[in-house]
Amino acid sequence: MRPFKYANASNPAAAIKIVTADPAARFLGGGTNLVDLMKEDVMHPSQLMDVTRLKFSVIEKKANGLSIGGTASNAVTANHDLVRENYPLLSMAILAGASAQIRNMATNAGNLNQRTRCTYFYDANMPCNKREPGTGCGALHGVNKNHAILGWSEKCVATYPSDMAVALAALNAVVQVEGSGNTKRNIPFADFHRLPGEHPEIDNTLKHGELITSIDLPENRLAEKSYYLKVRERSSYAFALISVAAALETNGNRIKDVRIALGGVAHKPWRARIAEQWLRGKEPTQANFRAAASAELKHAKPLGQNKYKVGLAAKAIVRALEGAMQGGTYGAMEADSTTTNQN
Amino acid sequence: MEEKSTFSDLTEAERKALEELMPDEMGEIISSGIKRRHFLKLFAVTGTSLLAANLLGIEQLMARSVPIEEQPSELIENGINVSFEVNGSTQKLTVDSRMTLLDTLRERLGLTGSKKGCDHGQCGACTVIVDDKRVLSCLTLAATCEDKRVTTIEGLATGNELHPMQASFIKHDGFQCGYCTPGQICSAVALMDEAKNGDASYVTANVREKKSAVNLSNEEIRERMSGNICRCGAYPNIVNAIREVHGDKAVAQVWQFADGTI
Ligand SMILES: Cc1cc2nc3c(=O)[nH]c(=O)nc-3n(C[C@H](O)[C@H](O)[C@H](O)COP(=O)(O)OP(=O)(O)OC[C@H]3O[C@@H](n4cnc5c(N)ncnc54)[C@H](O)[C@@H]3O)c2cc1C
Ligand code: SF4
Ligand code: FES
Ligand code: FES
Repeated sequence: MRPFKYANASNPAAAIKIVTADPAARFLGGGTNLVDLMKEDVMHPSQLMDVTRLKFSVIEKKANGLSIGGTASNAVTANHDLVRENYPLLSMAILAGASAQIRNMATNAGNLNQRTRCTYFYDANMPCNKREPGTGCGALHGVNKNHAILGWSEKCVATYPSDMAVALAALNAVVQVEGSGNTKRNIPFADFHRLPGEHPEIDNTLKHGELITSIDLPENRLAEKSYYLKVRERSSYAFALISVAAALETNGNRIKDVRIALGGVAHKPWRARIAEQWLRGKEPTQANFRAAASAELKHAKPLGQNKYKVGLAAKAIVRALEGAMQGGTYGAMEADSTTTNQN
Repeated sequence: MEEKSTFSDLTEAERKALEELMPDEMGEIISSGIKRRHFLKLFAVTGTSLLAANLLGIEQLMARSVPIEEQPSELIENGINVSFEVNGSTQKLTVDSRMTLLDTLRERLGLTGSKKGCDHGQCGACTVIVDDKRVLSCLTLAATCEDKRVTTIEGLATGNELHPMQASFIKHDGFQCGYCTPGQICSAVALMDEAKNGDASYVTANVREKKSAVNLSNEEIRERMSGNICRCGAYPNIVNAIREVHGDKAVAQVWQFADGTI
């Protein structure tokens, strides 16, 4: 690891000012991603500003929703009574990620800012436009079985790895940030992460030096019918091949509101808006779920080694919606799927 | 080369244990430190159960018998002064900002119980408990530990009395090579608190149902312990060991020493 200066922030404005002034400085949350990438020499900050002791770890009710602190840990967030009760989709998604130890360390802000797990990105000897702009994308015609099927560019085909963020996308979360000179702004979740386009080195729309202070969750009526499905190569402690955050609100026999977000398919959490649009006002039947999933995935562009993801994503959407219809209880996806047709 | 004695600070319990086991060697150990031949003799004179009961005290002695070099602080790049508690005693150190908690425990404090498996957060061998939560010491910078309370495998026992989780791992043979074991045990100890708190996991049937305490099924234990990899595959026995401490009295011990091997 390369030498760096370390400071423990006690005042947000001062911390933001110091980081803003030095393009190579970084905030430090739980360190579970940044310290790892520093050991790999993928990231080499000049200084780390530890923000975990700042007063941004509160989880509290707001006028029309819930605010979760940027420095609150993933574990505390997933287990908070108000989150479990009102946003079970978020609890499930966080608990699907990493391990108990890592969730204790990881902060919510750090989670949103975690970087891709593309193996070319991690290997400093390989070409990678995200790590070293202009060197080319090793994965485009290389080993790309874990890579994107939607929204990629010739410059980068990486996927964004967070589970938590997939739920936040479905929940229409809003990211609150603070910049230098006490400037505050909020970023709707759909605008937070970005597609790679010509600039894969930029993961999201946060400006250098901007600190994530909290994430707001608007109220919804989706809690009773929410489900996070994660498909991976081993049943725990592995990143998703495909994940689906699904939530529904029904009115009688009709779908009133539906949210579907996909992980493991793109450079950002992918809101399946085509599928959602297709389902609104329709009956929550398996046939409709299937039709909606294939409408969304018609636009998929798989790479050399990941054609399997297209079919897998379609099936995962159906299962996640069925799981949500069954009350989001664990194991719902294993249950006989025909029972959902009676709803 | 003669090893330096570091045993003026033996605790009463440790002194007593050694005296009981090897009265003849005691004087020598106190004057010149524990040596390999003492350790071998210890194995020879102790029955396995006795050894198990004293294992931790011995592990602490062995750890202490390595003289820990004080590094001159001018050689430390970007030195940070930190003070934190490790197993009940306050440690004040100057560390390079790059130093992880794992390396600090092992290289500076002589606590080699916590293991380095991958150094990248992928195996759990380095698991320790910081402020009552299990974390990975390989991804924790020592500089971030100011004022925190760290418990490692060396700090779980009370004197020569093993922590129930340590005893249960021995009873159920929850290891083979033992490399992952300190991390497994620290992780399992913290898990018991998480279960008491009613924390949920990915396999919890319904996260909306908040219970005061959760009863962990085998499936729950497996999911919640998934951050600790065991290359030897001792998983079934690890689950048994945890189940017993979690309150399942019916877990049978699956192994016995063959006659005449002790
Ligand atoms: C072995 C392993 C397995 C994992 N598996 C999964 C998984 O299955 N699913 C999953 O979702 N994740 C997984 N993770 C990733 C883990 O969730 C992230 O590493 C973690 O959430 C990052 O949070 P942190 O606080 O540790 O971030 P850090 O590593 O501290 O920081 C990450 C980035 O965020 C920035 N940052 C931190 N705080 C702020 C702030 N307040 N404002 C602005 N920027 C900030 C930092 O500058 C840095 O660039 C895994 C990680 C490991 C090591
Ligand atoms: S997919 Fe993106 S991160 Fe991976 S090698 Fe290509 S440019 Fe780098
Ligand atoms: S050494 Fe820390 S997780 Fe492997
Ligand atoms: S006992 Fe050998 S790795 Fe677990």
